[in-house]
Amino acid sequence: MPKVFERPHALKDVSMHYCPGCTHGIVHRLIAEVIDELQIEGKTVGISPVGCTYNNYEYFNCDMVQAAHGRAPAVGTGVKRANPDNVVFTYQGDGDLAAIGTAEIVHAAARGEKITTIFVNNAIYGMTSGQMAPTTLLNQVTMTTPFGRNSESHGFPIKVCEMLSTLEGVVYLERVAVNDIKNIKNAKQAIKKAFQIQLANKGFSLVEILSTCPTNWGLNPIESLKWLQDNMMPHYPLGNFKGKDLEV
Amino acid sequence: MGEKILMKGNEVIGEAALRAGCRHYFGYPITPQTEIAHYMAKRMPEEGGTFLQAESEVAAINMVYGAASAGVRVMTSSSSPGISLKQEGISYASCAELPAVVVNIVRTGPGLGGILPAQCDYFQAVKGGGHGDYKMVVLAPCSVQELYELTVEAFNISDKYRILSMIMGDGILGQMMEPVEFKDKEEIIKVDKNWAVTGSKMERQNNVITSIYIDPEKMEDHNLKLQAKYKAIEENEVRVETYNCENADVIVAAFGTVARIIKNVITMAEKEGIKVGLIRPITLWPFPDNEFQKYADVPKAFLTVEMNAGQMVEDVRMAVNGKKPVHFYGRMGGMIPTQQDILNKIKEILKG
Ligand SMILES: Cc1ncc(C[n+]2csc(CCOP(=O)(O)OP(=O)(O)O)c2C)c(N)n1
Ligand code: SF4
Repeated sequence: MPKVFERPHALKDVSMHYCPGCTHGIVHRLIAEVIDELQIEGKTVGISPVGCTYNNYEYFNCDMVQAAHGRAPAVGTGVKRANPDNVVFTYQGDGDLAAIGTAEIVHAAARGEKITTIFVNNAIYGMTSGQMAPTTLLNQVTMTTPFGRNSESHGFPIKVCEMLSTLEGVVYLERVAVNDIKNIKNAKQAIKKAFQIQLANKGFSLVEILSTCPTNWGLNPIESLKWLQDNMMPHYPLGNFKGKDLEV
Repeated sequence: MGEKILMKGNEVIGEAALRAGCRHYFGYPITPQTEIAHYMAKRMPEEGGTFLQAESEVAAINMVYGAASAGVRVMTSSSSPGISLKQEGISYASCAELPAVVVNIVRTGPGLGGILPAQCDYFQAVKGGGHGDYKMVVLAPCSVQELYELTVEAFNISDKYRILSMIMGDGILGQMMEPVEFKDKEEIIKVDKNWAVTGSKMERQNNVITSIYIDPEKMEDHNLKLQAKYKAIEENEVRVETYNCENADVIVAAFGTVARIIKNVITMAEKEGIKVGLIRPITLWPFPDNEFQKYADVPKAFLTVEMNAGQMVEDVRMAVNGKKPVHFYGRMGGMIPTQQDILNKIKEILKG
């Protein structure tokens, strides 16, 4: 009998530490499937962030560098410039990429650094137990916005794809979600394309993935998927922002 | 004999790095070290290397972190406020045991301070600055020739021990021109960087560069490993110059350009029948404790002269260990101690 489904080789056979219903695990699997399909495991170097995925070097079957909070795009730049034949990806949360590491991501993107960023937006800081992120929605309750985020005191949520789309160095930019089968399939295609853009040496690519944090949202896994769809998607519309028609 | 050329200190650092096989430079402009970046911007592409002007010092040191992880020789340079920003990456790279060279051409502080020469980053360089228990090898050249030699050496030491090395000079050294003799060929130590992230090519286990150990036992083990390495460096890598110490009435401790002033003071003092010696730490860490202990019985007193409020003097006091009084004379703000002022201080000490 032919095997139709198995663990991607690029994903180690260990159990992950993520909370039940957290979609970080799905995103990991999609990246690993893409690495397998493109047959690039032996030349891939991943950059881990801080946040809930700080130790994803224990899950990916490729060389990995663990970076300081927000600095993954700079670390990735160093790795890529040292060995341009490597495929370099950063994996970053919204606190990592859109708060402390805003300068690093904007400038890696503006330079057209030939790396790929997987940006997981769960509208909250997961690891440090549910504080406001730059992507937290207006009225969303978090540990540091106990009465809901209001623009007067806390400013407005940052739309990362929209912001980066103005930069010439960015070649491919897409927002996806991992809340249902169809979107998960689209997410994989976007991740694959982002890696292919890098393999074709074209420039910077980023995929923003709307993801859940049941633990800190205070919702069960099913409710979380619905919350993502009802609240995040209207504010963070899915779709391609750049590079849709690029041949790779 | 290699060629001898008249060159500016900052540019010599760049050339020395290239000759040491460094092909990756990441930096951000700040006076008085910017000529290093200018030099690298021109020379790196000529040598097929990478020059990248980062968006900040924070980014620059993290690019160094990435390139060092990938196994190449890499350098960054800055001056005091910029080095403060690099402390995050310095701490991370120290934990991850990454070899790289960081240049600090020190200016005055605290704060934005001024652009004139100073030695006020001694504490920051040798006692930490970033968080955690870590050390960097800190080399303090006193001439343009030494800038060249010690920069090459810094890369070798870094690779040998998987540690950061800092070249610490002041603005005078960076800005001054002196003849420098380049060797025809540098001795570059070759170490196997089988730990680097270069892609496994499916031929080996995956490599991971990390600085996080959540398990306390593992974190302590890693710290113990680092401390053992630091001990080995203390035993093997101390560099120091001593001058005229054998019969000295007063032994002066000074590093970098200040040590050159002391040599003139020694000549001036001799004319007045006063014998002055000099101990010049070349490695500020590891500190040449043994050299101070060796001469501790000779003089009536020690005097440390620095362009700061008194930083290395603490290490000198510890090394002398109460055997003799250790005095301090210093200037700040970019003011340079004059020979006459230092001589007066020596006379004052001898009068008791
Ligand atoms: C310099 C620094 N500041 C703060 C922290 C603490 N910290 C760890 S994870 C985190 C937030 C991460 O949130 P995000 O990037 O959204 O990732 P998530 O945990 O949601 O996956 C913070 C603030 C740190 N590790 N380093
Ligand atoms: S805290 Fe949130 S983001 Fe982190 S693992 Fe748990 S559910 Fe996922």
